[in-house]
Amino acid sequence: MEVMFDMPDESNIKEVLKGVSRRKFIQGVIAGGAGVSAATYLFRASTATSAASAGERLITINVNGRDRRVDVMKQETLAMTLRYKLGLTGTKIGCDRAECGACTVLIDGVPRYSCSTLTHTVRNAKVLTIEGLAKEDGTLHPVQQGIIEEQGFQCAFCMSGFVMASVGFLQTNPNPTRAELAHGISGNLCRCQDYDKILTALLRGAEIMRGEATHA
Amino acid sequence: MAVIRDIMPAFDLLQPSSAAEAQKLLQQNGPDAWVMAGGLDSFDWLKDRIKKPRVLVDLSGVEELKGVRPASDGGVEIGAMTTLTEVVRHPFIKEHFALLSQGAELAASPQIRNQGTLGGNVSQDARCHYYRAGWPCYRAGGNICYADTPTGRNREHAILNADRCVAVNPSDSAPALIALDAKFVIQSSKGQRVVDAEDYYIGPDIDITHLNILQPGDLLTAIRIPATYAGATFYFEKIRDRNVWDFALLNVASAIKVSSGNIDQMRIAVNGAAARPLHLTAVEQFAKGKPRNAATGEEAGKIAVQGAVPLQFNAYKIPLMRNLVKRAIAGVEVTS
Repeated sequence: MEVMFDMPDESNIKEVLKGVSRRKFIQGVIAGGAGVSAATYLFRASTATSAASAGERLITINVNGRDRRVDVMKQETLAMTLRYKLGLTGTKIGCDRAECGACTVLIDGVPRYSCSTLTHTVRNAKVLTIEGLAKEDGTLHPVQQGIIEEQGFQCAFCMSGFVMASVGFLQTNPNPTRAELAHGISGNLCRCQDYDKILTALLRGAEIMRGEATHA
Repeated sequence: MAVIRDIMPAFDLLQPSSAAEAQKLLQQNGPDAWVMAGGLDSFDWLKDRIKKPRVLVDLSGVEELKGVRPASDGGVEIGAMTTLTEVVRHPFIKEHFALLSQGAELAASPQIRNQGTLGGNVSQDARCHYYRAGWPCYRAGGNICYADTPTGRNREHAILNADRCVAVNPSDSAPALIALDAKFVIQSSKGQRVVDAEDYYIGPDIDITHLNILQPGDLLTAIRIPATYAGATFYFEKIRDRNVWDFALLNVASAIKVSSGNIDQMRIAVNGAAARPLHLTAVEQFAKGKPRNAATGEEAGKIAVQGAVPLQFNAYKIPLMRNLVKRAIAGVEVTS
Protein backbone atom coordinates (compact mmCIF):
# COMPACT_ATOMS: atom_id res chain seq x y z
CA MET A 1 0.00 0.00 0.00
CA GLU A 2 1.69 3.18 -1.15
CA VAL A 3 0.84 6.82 -1.53
CA MET A 4 -0.32 7.40 -5.08
CA PHE A 5 -1.26 11.02 -5.09
CA ASP A 6 0.82 13.47 -7.02
CA MET A 7 -1.00 16.46 -8.36
CA PRO A 8 -1.17 16.28 -12.17
CA ASP A 9 1.20 18.90 -13.54
CA GLU A 10 0.00 21.51 -15.93
CA SER A 11 1.43 19.97 -19.11
CA ASN A 12 -0.40 16.79 -18.26
CA ILE A 13 -3.70 18.63 -18.02
CA LYS A 14 -3.07 20.37 -21.35
CA GLU A 15 -2.36 17.01 -22.93
CA VAL A 16 -5.62 15.62 -21.68
CA LEU A 17 -7.53 18.66 -22.82
CA LYS A 18 -6.26 18.41 -26.43
CA GLY A 19 -9.17 17.70 -28.70
CA VAL A 20 -11.71 18.85 -26.15
CA SER A 21 -13.84 21.72 -27.38
CA ARG A 22 -14.18 24.79 -25.20
CA ARG A 23 -17.91 24.19 -24.91
CA LYS A 24 -17.47 20.60 -23.80
CA PHE A 25 -14.82 21.64 -21.32
CA ILE A 26 -17.11 24.23 -19.75
CA GLN A 27 -19.91 21.69 -19.58
CA GLY A 28 -17.54 19.35 -17.86
CA VAL A 29 -16.40 21.94 -15.38
CA ILE A 30 -20.00 22.67 -14.49
CA ALA A 31 -20.83 19.00 -14.13
CA GLY A 32 -17.71 18.04 -12.26
CA GLY A 33 -17.33 21.14 -10.17
CA ALA A 34 -13.62 21.62 -10.87
CA GLY A 35 -11.42 21.93 -13.92
CA VAL A 36 -8.74 19.56 -12.87
CA SER A 37 -10.89 16.68 -11.74
CA ALA A 38 -13.34 17.13 -14.59
CA ALA A 39 -10.63 17.24 -17.23
CA THR A 40 -8.99 14.13 -15.95
CA TYR A 41 -12.03 11.94 -16.02
CA LEU A 42 -14.95 13.33 -17.95
CA PHE A 43 -13.32 13.34 -21.37
CA ARG A 44 -11.44 10.09 -21.44
CA ALA A 45 -13.48 8.93 -24.45
CA SER A 46 -12.63 11.98 -26.53
CA THR A 47 -8.88 11.85 -26.05
CA ALA A 48 -6.70 9.48 -27.97
CA THR A 49 -4.09 9.30 -25.23
CA SER A 50 -5.89 8.00 -22.20
CA ALA A 51 -3.93 9.64 -19.43
CA ALA A 52 -5.35 8.18 -16.25
CA SER A 53 -5.40 10.73 -13.50
CA ALA A 54 -2.90 10.32 -10.74
CA GLY A 55 -4.16 8.06 -8.01
CA GLU A 56 -6.88 6.34 -9.95
CA ARG A 57 -7.11 2.59 -9.75
CA LEU A 58 -9.02 0.35 -12.10
CA ILE A 59 -11.52 -1.56 -9.97
CA THR A 60 -14.66 -3.57 -10.60
CA ILE A 61 -17.89 -2.67 -8.86
CA ASN A 62 -21.22 -4.36 -9.30
CA VAL A 63 -23.83 -1.77 -10.19
CA ASN A 64 -27.40 -2.74 -11.05
CA GLY A 65 -26.40 -6.37 -11.56
CA ARG A 66 -23.53 -5.64 -13.94
CA ASP A 67 -19.83 -5.68 -13.19
CA ARG A 68 -18.50 -2.27 -14.19
CA ARG A 69 -14.79 -1.61 -14.65
CA VAL A 70 -13.94 1.91 -13.64
CA ASP A 71 -10.96 4.06 -12.65
CA VAL A 72 -11.54 5.34 -9.14
CA MET A 73 -9.55 7.69 -6.94
CA LYS A 74 -9.08 6.65 -3.34
CA GLN A 75 -10.90 9.70 -2.03
CA GLU A 76 -13.75 9.39 -4.52
CA THR A 77 -17.30 9.00 -3.23
CA LEU A 78 -19.72 6.52 -4.74
CA ALA A 79 -22.03 9.38 -5.79
CA MET A 80 -19.18 10.86 -7.85
CA THR A 81 -18.35 7.53 -9.46
CA LEU A 82 -21.96 6.75 -10.31
CA ARG A 83 -22.74 10.16 -11.78
CA TYR A 84 -19.55 11.27 -13.42
CA LYS A 85 -17.87 8.05 -14.44
CA LEU A 86 -20.67 5.58 -15.00
CA GLY A 87 -23.16 8.18 -16.27
CA LEU A 88 -25.82 7.08 -13.79
CA THR A 89 -27.12 10.58 -13.12
CA GLY A 90 -30.40 9.39 -11.59
CA THR A 91 -28.54 9.46 -8.28
CA LYS A 92 -28.55 13.11 -7.22
CA ILE A 93 -26.08 15.05 -5.11
CA GLY A 94 -27.96 17.51 -2.93
CA CYS A 95 -25.96 18.51 0.13
CA ASP A 96 -22.95 16.19 -0.31
CA ARG A 97 -22.87 16.02 3.52
CA ALA A 98 -25.19 13.12 4.48
CA GLU A 99 -27.92 15.60 5.39
CA CYS A 100 -30.52 15.40 2.61
CA GLY A 101 -30.85 11.86 1.22
CA ALA A 102 -30.95 12.72 -2.50
CA CYS A 103 -27.96 10.44 -3.14
CA THR A 104 -29.48 7.36 -1.45
CA VAL A 105 -28.65 4.04 -3.13
CA LEU A 106 -28.89 0.46 -1.93
CA ILE A 107 -25.61 -1.20 -0.98
CA ASP A 108 -26.23 -4.92 -0.49
CA GLY A 109 -29.89 -4.03 -0.14
CA VAL A 110 -29.32 -1.41 2.58
CA PRO A 111 -30.12 2.27 1.96
CA ARG A 112 -27.04 4.45 2.33
CA TYR A 113 -25.87 7.91 1.35
CA SER A 114 -23.62 7.49 -1.69
CA CYS A 115 -22.16 10.97 -1.11
CA SER A 116 -20.69 9.67 2.13
CA THR A 117 -19.40 6.30 0.98
CA LEU A 118 -16.00 5.82 -0.60
CA THR A 119 -16.26 3.83 -3.83
CA HIS A 120 -13.25 1.75 -2.82
CA THR A 121 -15.21 0.45 0.19
CA VAL A 122 -17.95 -1.13 -1.96
CA ARG A 123 -15.73 -3.20 -4.25
CA ASN A 124 -17.24 -6.43 -2.92
CA ALA A 125 -20.80 -5.17 -2.63
CA LYS A 126 -23.81 -4.95 -4.91
CA VAL A 127 -24.91 -1.41 -5.63
CA LEU A 128 -28.45 -0.70 -6.79
CA THR A 129 -29.38 2.73 -8.16
CA ILE A 130 -32.66 4.12 -9.45
CA GLU A 131 -31.63 3.07 -12.97
CA GLY A 132 -31.59 -0.58 -11.90
CA LEU A 133 -35.09 -0.74 -10.43
CA ALA A 134 -37.24 -1.22 -13.54
CA LYS A 135 -37.26 -4.59 -15.27
CA GLU A 136 -35.43 -5.06 -18.57
CA ASP A 137 -38.74 -4.91 -20.45
CA GLY A 138 -39.42 -1.48 -18.95
CA THR A 139 -41.92 -2.58 -16.30
CA LEU A 140 -41.52 -0.14 -13.45
CA HIS A 141 -40.82 -1.14 -9.88
CA PRO A 142 -44.04 -1.06 -7.80
CA VAL A 143 -42.77 1.95 -5.84
CA GLN A 144 -42.15 3.84 -9.09
CA GLN A 145 -45.60 2.79 -10.34
CA GLY A 146 -47.19 4.04 -7.13
CA ILE A 147 -45.54 7.44 -7.58
CA ILE A 148 -46.89 7.76 -11.12
CA GLU A 149 -50.39 6.79 -10.04
CA GLU A 150 -50.47 9.19 -7.09
CA GLN A 151 -48.34 11.92 -8.69
CA GLY A 152 -46.23 11.93 -5.58
CA PHE A 153 -43.59 14.55 -6.27
CA GLN A 154 -43.40 18.17 -7.34
CA CYS A 155 -39.94 18.99 -8.70
CA ALA A 156 -38.75 15.45 -7.96
CA PHE A 157 -35.07 16.23 -7.48
CA CYS A 158 -35.26 14.24 -4.25
CA MET A 159 -37.33 11.47 -5.82
CA SER A 160 -34.69 8.89 -6.66
CA GLY A 161 -33.35 9.12 -3.12
CA PHE A 162 -36.83 8.70 -1.66
CA VAL A 163 -37.53 5.75 -3.95
CA MET A 164 -34.32 3.94 -3.04
CA ALA A 165 -34.84 4.61 0.69
CA SER A 166 -38.40 3.25 0.41
CA VAL A 167 -37.41 0.16 -1.55
CA GLY A 168 -34.78 -0.64 1.10
CA PHE A 169 -37.16 0.04 3.97
CA LEU A 170 -40.01 -2.01 2.46
CA GLN A 171 -37.71 -5.03 2.31
CA THR A 172 -37.57 -4.96 6.12
CA ASN A 173 -41.21 -3.93 6.62
CA PRO A 174 -43.44 -4.68 3.58
CA ASN A 175 -46.65 -3.57 5.27
CA PRO A 176 -45.88 -0.37 7.19
CA THR A 177 -48.33 2.10 8.68
CA ARG A 178 -48.06 5.66 7.44
CA ALA A 179 -46.13 6.59 10.58
CA GLU A 180 -43.75 3.64 10.24
CA LEU A 181 -43.03 4.50 6.62
CA ALA A 182 -42.49 8.15 7.57
CA HIS A 183 -39.93 7.04 10.16
CA GLY A 184 -38.34 4.61 7.68
CA ILE A 185 -37.72 7.31 5.09
CA SER A 186 -36.99 10.10 7.57
CA GLY A 187 -33.44 10.30 6.23
CA ASN A 188 -34.66 12.05 3.08
CA LEU A 189 -35.62 15.70 2.67
CA CYS A 190 -38.02 17.24 0.16
CA ARG A 191 -37.39 20.94 -0.43
CA CYS A 192 -40.90 21.31 -1.92
CA GLN A 193 -42.35 20.10 1.39
CA ASP A 194 -44.45 17.57 -0.51
CA TYR A 195 -44.24 14.92 2.20
CA ASP A 196 -47.94 14.17 2.43
CA LYS A 197 -48.28 13.24 -1.23
CA ILE A 198 -44.93 11.45 -1.17
CA LEU A 199 -46.10 9.24 1.69
CA THR A 200 -49.40 8.53 -0.07
CA ALA A 201 -47.54 7.57 -3.24
CA LEU A 202 -45.00 5.38 -1.47
CA LEU A 203 -47.74 3.63 0.52
CA ARG A 204 -49.50 3.00 -2.79
CA GLY A 205 -46.24 1.51 -4.07
CA ALA A 206 -46.08 -0.74 -1.01
CA GLU A 207 -49.63 -1.91 -1.73
CA ILE A 208 -48.71 -2.74 -5.32
CA MET A 209 -45.64 -4.60 -4.06
CA ARG A 210 -47.85 -6.73 -1.85
CA GLY A 211 -50.15 -7.34 -4.80
CA GLU A 212 -53.10 -5.67 -3.09
CA ALA A 213 -53.69 -2.73 -5.36
CA THR A 214 -55.33 -2.68 -8.75
CA HIS A 215 -53.56 -0.39 -11.15
CA ALA A 216 -55.25 2.82 -12.11
CA MET B 1 -18.63 28.72 5.39
CA ALA B 2 -19.10 27.85 1.80
CA VAL B 3 -19.86 24.27 1.03
CA ILE B 4 -17.15 22.79 -1.12
CA ARG B 5 -18.50 20.42 -3.73
CA ASP B 6 -15.24 19.31 -5.31
CA ILE B 7 -13.70 15.92 -4.71
CA MET B 8 -11.88 15.61 -1.38
CA PRO B 9 -8.14 16.27 -1.30
CA ALA B 10 -6.04 13.17 -1.83
CA PHE B 11 -5.18 10.78 0.95
CA ASP B 12 -3.86 7.28 1.01
CA LEU B 13 -6.53 4.71 1.75
CA LEU B 14 -5.46 1.64 3.71
CA GLN B 15 -7.98 -1.17 3.93
CA PRO B 16 -6.92 -3.80 6.47
CA SER B 17 -8.89 -7.02 6.79
CA SER B 18 -8.03 -7.88 10.40
CA ALA B 19 -7.97 -5.97 13.67
CA ALA B 20 -4.30 -6.81 14.18
CA GLU B 21 -3.41 -5.46 10.76
CA ALA B 22 -5.50 -2.34 11.39
CA GLN B 23 -3.80 -1.73 14.73
CA LYS B 24 -0.39 -2.18 13.12
CA LEU B 25 -1.19 0.32 10.37
CA LEU B 26 -2.35 2.83 12.98
CA GLN B 27 0.84 2.26 14.92
CA GLN B 28 3.02 2.70 11.83
CA ASN B 29 1.35 5.92 10.72
CA GLY B 30 0.92 7.45 14.17
CA PRO B 31 -0.61 10.94 14.19
CA ASP B 32 -0.80 10.95 10.37
CA ALA B 33 -3.45 8.23 10.41
CA TRP B 34 -7.18 8.86 10.55
CA VAL B 35 -9.40 6.00 11.68
CA MET B 36 -12.51 5.67 9.53
CA ALA B 37 -15.37 3.52 10.82
CA GLY B 38 -18.69 4.44 9.13
CA GLY B 39 -17.11 7.64 7.85
CA LEU B 40 -20.01 9.96 8.69
CA ASP B 41 -17.97 12.02 11.16
CA SER B 42 -14.90 11.84 8.91
CA PHE B 43 -16.20 13.18 5.60
CA ASP B 44 -17.32 16.58 6.94
CA TRP B 45 -13.79 17.25 8.15
CA LEU B 46 -12.19 16.00 4.96
CA LYS B 47 -14.59 17.63 2.48
CA ASP B 48 -14.32 20.98 4.24
CA ARG B 49 -10.49 20.71 4.24
CA ILE B 50 -10.46 21.33 7.99
CA LYS B 51 -8.52 18.16 8.75
CA LYS B 52 -6.11 16.82 6.18
CA PRO B 53 -4.90 13.37 7.21
CA ARG B 54 -2.25 11.77 5.02
CA VAL B 55 -3.55 8.26 5.61
CA LEU B 56 -7.07 6.94 6.10
CA VAL B 57 -7.39 3.54 7.74
CA ASP B 58 -10.75 2.16 6.63
CA LEU B 59 -12.09 -0.42 9.08
CA SER B 60 -15.11 -1.43 6.99
CA GLY B 61 -13.40 -4.59 5.75
CA VAL B 62 -12.51 -5.89 9.22
CA GLU B 63 -15.17 -8.55 9.77
CA GLU B 64 -13.97 -9.53 13.26
CA LEU B 65 -14.88 -6.07 14.54
CA LYS B 66 -18.51 -6.55 13.54
CA GLY B 67 -21.33 -8.39 15.23
CA VAL B 68 -23.19 -8.84 18.50
CA ARG B 69 -22.02 -11.69 20.70
CA PRO B 70 -24.15 -12.57 23.73
CA ALA B 71 -21.92 -13.81 26.56
CA SER B 72 -22.60 -16.87 28.69
CA ASP B 73 -23.00 -14.76 31.85
CA GLY B 74 -25.94 -12.84 30.39
CA GLY B 75 -23.91 -9.87 29.19
CA VAL B 76 -23.10 -9.01 25.60
CA GLU B 77 -20.08 -7.97 23.55
CA ILE B 78 -20.66 -5.68 20.59
CA GLY B 79 -17.96 -5.27 17.94
CA ALA B 80 -16.98 -1.62 17.47
CA MET B 81 -17.81 -1.81 13.74
CA THR B 82 -21.36 -3.05 14.30
CA THR B 83 -23.76 -0.59 12.68
CA LEU B 84 -26.27 1.30 14.80
CA THR B 85 -29.09 -0.34 12.83
CA GLU B 86 -27.77 -3.79 13.79
CA VAL B 87 -27.57 -2.67 17.42
CA VAL B 88 -31.14 -1.34 17.27
CA ARG B 89 -32.57 -4.47 15.65
CA HIS B 90 -30.65 -7.13 17.55
CA PRO B 91 -33.17 -9.23 19.52
CA PHE B 92 -30.81 -9.96 22.44
CA ILE B 93 -29.99 -6.28 22.97
CA LYS B 94 -33.66 -5.36 22.56
CA GLU B 95 -34.70 -7.93 25.13
CA HIS B 96 -32.10 -7.30 27.82
CA PHE B 97 -30.49 -3.92 27.15
CA ALA B 98 -33.26 -1.98 25.42
CA LEU B 99 -31.75 1.24 26.79
CA LEU B 100 -28.99 0.96 24.18
CA SER B 101 -31.46 0.13 21.38
CA GLN B 102 -33.46 3.25 22.30
CA GLY B 103 -30.41 5.51 22.36
CA ALA B 104 -29.01 4.16 19.10
CA GLU B 105 -32.37 4.44 17.35
CA LEU B 106 -32.52 8.16 18.15
CA ALA B 107 -29.17 8.94 16.51
CA ALA B 108 -29.06 10.74 13.17
CA SER B 109 -31.11 9.31 10.26
CA PRO B 110 -31.90 5.77 8.99
CA GLN B 111 -29.21 5.86 6.31
CA ILE B 112 -26.64 7.11 8.80
CA ARG B 113 -27.61 4.37 11.29
CA ASN B 114 -27.25 1.84 8.44
CA GLN B 115 -23.64 2.90 7.97
CA GLY B 116 -22.58 4.54 11.21
CA THR B 117 -21.10 2.21 13.80
CA LEU B 118 -21.37 1.93 17.56
CA GLY B 119 -17.61 2.50 17.90
CA GLY B 120 -17.87 5.57 15.69
CA ASN B 121 -20.88 6.92 17.56
CA VAL B 122 -19.16 6.75 20.93
CA SER B 123 -15.90 8.17 19.54
CA GLN B 124 -17.21 11.00 17.35
CA ASP B 125 -15.80 14.50 17.71
CA ALA B 126 -17.52 17.61 19.07
CA ARG B 127 -20.08 19.42 16.92
CA CYS B 128 -19.37 23.01 18.04
CA HIS B 129 -19.92 24.92 14.80
CA TYR B 130 -16.88 27.14 15.33
CA TYR B 131 -14.65 24.12 15.81
CA ARG B 132 -16.18 22.19 12.88
CA ALA B 133 -15.83 25.22 10.61
CA GLY B 134 -12.10 25.30 11.20
CA TRP B 135 -11.82 28.33 13.52
CA PRO B 136 -8.52 28.23 15.42
CA CYS B 137 -10.13 27.66 18.82
CA TYR B 138 -8.76 25.94 21.94
CA ARG B 139 -10.04 22.56 20.76
CA ALA B 140 -8.31 23.05 17.41
CA GLY B 141 -5.05 23.83 19.21
CA GLY B 142 -5.54 27.59 19.31
CA ASN B 143 -5.85 30.09 22.14
CA ILE B 144 -9.45 31.33 22.18
CA CYS B 145 -13.04 30.11 22.40
CA TYR B 146 -15.41 31.72 19.90
CA ALA B 147 -18.56 30.23 21.41
CA ASP B 148 -18.05 31.51 24.97
CA THR B 149 -18.32 35.21 24.14
CA PRO B 150 -21.22 37.62 24.73
CA THR B 151 -22.33 37.30 21.11
CA GLY B 152 -21.11 33.78 20.39
CA ARG B 153 -23.61 31.18 19.22
CA ASN B 154 -23.63 28.86 22.21
CA ARG B 155 -27.18 27.56 22.45
CA GLU B 156 -25.97 23.97 22.04
CA HIS B 157 -22.98 24.30 24.39
CA ALA B 158 -21.95 23.17 27.86
CA ILE B 159 -23.45 24.06 31.22
CA LEU B 160 -21.15 21.89 33.32
CA ASN B 161 -17.42 21.25 33.69
CA ALA B 162 -16.39 23.69 30.97
CA ASP B 163 -12.75 24.74 30.96
CA ARG B 164 -11.94 27.31 28.23
CA CYS B 165 -13.65 25.06 25.60
CA VAL B 166 -17.44 24.87 25.97
CA ALA B 167 -18.15 22.17 23.36
CA VAL B 168 -20.23 19.13 24.35
CA ASN B 169 -20.06 15.44 23.53
CA PRO B 170 -22.67 14.62 20.86
CA SER B 171 -23.08 10.84 21.29
CA ASP B 172 -26.50 9.30 21.96
CA SER B 173 -25.24 5.80 22.67
CA ALA B 174 -22.58 6.92 25.18
CA PRO B 175 -24.95 7.81 28.07
CA ALA B 176 -26.86 4.55 27.53
CA LEU B 177 -23.59 2.61 27.72
CA ILE B 178 -22.52 4.45 30.88
CA ALA B 179 -25.89 3.72 32.49
CA LEU B 180 -25.43 0.03 31.57
CA ASP B 181 -21.93 0.08 33.12
CA ALA B 182 -20.35 -0.94 29.81
CA LYS B 183 -16.62 -1.52 29.30
CA PHE B 184 -14.68 -0.36 26.24
CA VAL B 185 -11.98 -2.65 24.85
CA ILE B 186 -8.98 -0.86 23.36
CA GLN B 187 -6.18 -2.56 21.43
CA SER B 188 -2.75 -1.01 21.15
CA SER B 189 0.76 -2.24 20.41
CA LYS B 190 1.21 -2.82 24.14
CA GLY B 191 -1.79 -5.12 24.27
CA GLN B 192 -5.39 -4.86 25.26
CA ARG B 193 -6.88 -2.63 27.92
CA VAL B 194 -10.45 -2.44 29.15
CA VAL B 195 -11.84 0.81 30.57
CA ASP B 196 -15.17 1.78 32.11
CA ALA B 197 -17.41 3.64 29.68
CA GLU B 198 -17.21 6.90 31.63
CA ASP B 199 -13.41 6.69 31.80
CA TYR B 200 -13.24 6.51 28.00
CA TYR B 201 -14.13 10.21 27.97
CA ILE B 202 -12.06 13.19 29.06
CA GLY B 203 -12.89 16.82 29.65
CA PRO B 204 -11.00 19.91 28.42
CA ASP B 205 -9.25 20.19 31.80
CA ILE B 206 -7.40 16.96 30.95
CA ASP B 207 -7.02 17.28 27.17
CA ILE B 208 -8.69 20.14 25.40
CA THR B 209 -8.18 18.75 21.89
CA HIS B 210 -9.65 15.27 22.43
CA LEU B 211 -13.00 13.99 23.68
CA ASN B 212 -11.71 10.52 24.52
CA ILE B 213 -8.58 8.73 25.67
CA LEU B 214 -7.65 7.16 22.30
CA GLN B 215 -4.02 7.88 21.42
CA PRO B 216 -2.37 7.41 18.02
CA GLY B 217 -2.07 3.66 17.51
CA ASP B 218 -5.09 2.85 19.69
CA LEU B 219 -8.03 0.96 18.23
CA LEU B 220 -11.42 0.61 19.96
CA THR B 221 -12.35 -2.99 19.14
CA ALA B 222 -15.44 -3.82 21.21
CA ILE B 223 -17.88 -2.70 23.86
CA ARG B 224 -18.91 -5.11 26.60
CA ILE B 225 -22.10 -4.76 28.58
CA PRO B 226 -22.19 -6.80 31.81
CA ALA B 227 -25.35 -8.62 32.90
CA THR B 228 -25.74 -6.33 35.94
CA TYR B 229 -28.59 -4.24 34.55
CA ALA B 230 -30.08 -6.76 32.10
CA GLY B 231 -33.83 -6.34 32.05
CA ALA B 232 -33.79 -3.40 34.50
CA THR B 233 -36.19 -0.47 34.28
CA PHE B 234 -34.81 1.79 31.56
CA TYR B 235 -35.44 5.36 30.54
CA PHE B 236 -33.93 7.19 27.56
CA GLU B 237 -34.92 10.59 26.29
CA LYS B 238 -33.31 12.82 23.71
CA ILE B 239 -34.18 16.48 23.21
CA ARG B 240 -33.36 18.00 19.84
CA ASP B 241 -34.67 20.61 17.43
CA ARG B 242 -35.62 18.28 14.55
CA ASN B 243 -36.64 14.66 14.92
CA VAL B 244 -34.02 13.48 12.44
CA TRP B 245 -30.30 14.20 11.98
CA ASP B 246 -29.99 16.61 14.89
CA PHE B 247 -27.60 15.97 17.72
CA ALA B 248 -28.97 16.07 21.24
CA LEU B 249 -29.36 19.39 23.00
CA LEU B 250 -29.50 17.08 25.99
CA ASN B 251 -30.18 13.40 26.46
CA VAL B 252 -30.56 11.21 29.52
CA ALA B 253 -30.25 7.47 30.12
CA SER B 254 -31.06 5.59 33.30
CA ALA B 255 -31.09 1.96 34.41
CA ILE B 256 -32.89 1.28 37.69
CA LYS B 257 -33.47 -1.87 39.68
CA VAL B 258 -36.56 -1.42 41.77
CA SER B 259 -37.59 -3.59 44.71
CA SER B 260 -40.97 -3.01 46.35
CA GLY B 261 -41.18 0.52 44.96
CA ASN B 262 -37.75 1.59 46.15
CA ILE B 263 -34.66 2.28 44.07
CA ASP B 264 -32.36 -0.60 44.86
CA GLN B 265 -29.57 0.07 42.39
CA MET B 266 -29.31 2.75 39.76
CA ARG B 267 -27.04 4.26 37.13
CA ILE B 268 -27.81 7.45 35.28
CA ALA B 269 -25.94 9.52 32.68
CA VAL B 270 -26.57 12.74 30.76
CA ASN B 271 -24.96 13.90 27.52
CA GLY B 272 -24.96 17.23 25.76
CA ALA B 273 -24.25 19.06 29.01
CA ALA B 274 -20.46 18.85 29.10
CA ALA B 275 -17.46 17.81 27.01
CA ARG B 276 -17.87 14.30 28.35
CA PRO B 277 -21.04 12.34 28.98
CA LEU B 278 -21.72 12.85 32.68
CA HIS B 279 -22.14 9.91 35.01
CA LEU B 280 -24.32 11.42 37.75
CA THR B 281 -22.90 9.64 40.79
CA ALA B 282 -24.24 12.21 43.28
CA VAL B 283 -27.75 11.58 41.97
CA GLU B 284 -27.27 7.83 42.29
CA GLN B 285 -26.06 8.13 45.89
CA PHE B 286 -29.01 10.34 46.76
CA ALA B 287 -31.65 8.15 45.13
CA LYS B 288 -30.44 4.80 46.42
CA GLY B 289 -33.01 3.28 48.76
CA LYS B 290 -35.55 6.04 48.15
CA PRO B 291 -38.99 5.43 46.65
CA ARG B 292 -39.09 5.70 42.86
CA ASN B 293 -41.47 8.63 42.63
CA ALA B 294 -41.77 12.25 41.53
CA ALA B 295 -40.53 13.63 44.86
CA THR B 296 -37.29 11.67 44.62
CA GLY B 297 -36.96 12.69 40.96
CA GLU B 298 -37.50 16.34 41.84
CA GLU B 299 -34.70 16.36 44.41
CA ALA B 300 -32.42 14.32 42.17
CA GLY B 301 -32.90 16.83 39.36
CA LYS B 302 -31.76 19.65 41.64
CA ILE B 303 -28.66 17.68 42.64
CA ALA B 304 -27.88 16.93 38.99
CA VAL B 305 -27.58 20.59 37.99
CA GLN B 306 -25.60 21.76 41.04
CA GLY B 307 -22.71 23.89 39.84
CA ALA B 308 -24.17 24.45 36.39
CA VAL B 309 -23.02 27.67 34.74
CA PRO B 310 -25.04 28.88 31.75
CA LEU B 311 -23.58 30.74 28.81
CA GLN B 312 -25.39 33.60 27.06
CA PHE B 313 -27.89 31.46 25.16
CA ASN B 314 -28.09 28.06 26.84
CA ALA B 315 -29.61 28.75 30.26
CA TYR B 316 -32.64 26.69 29.16
CA LYS B 317 -30.46 23.59 29.53
CA ILE B 318 -30.46 23.85 33.33
CA PRO B 319 -34.24 23.36 33.88
CA LEU B 320 -34.21 20.93 30.94
CA MET B 321 -31.58 18.76 32.56
CA ARG B 322 -33.32 18.99 35.92
CA ASN B 323 -36.56 17.76 34.39
CA LEU B 324 -34.91 15.05 32.29
CA VAL B 325 -33.24 13.61 35.39
CA LYS B 326 -36.55 13.74 37.22
CA ARG B 327 -38.29 11.87 34.41
CA ALA B 328 -35.44 9.37 34.13
CA ILE B 329 -35.97 8.46 37.78
CA ALA B 330 -39.71 8.75 38.27
CA GLY B 331 -40.73 7.72 34.77
CA VAL B 332 -43.38 9.43 32.69
CA GLU B 333 -47.05 8.77 32.92
CA VAL B 334 -48.31 8.33 29.39
CA THR B 335 -51.83 9.61 28.92
CA SER B 336 -53.52 9.12 25.62
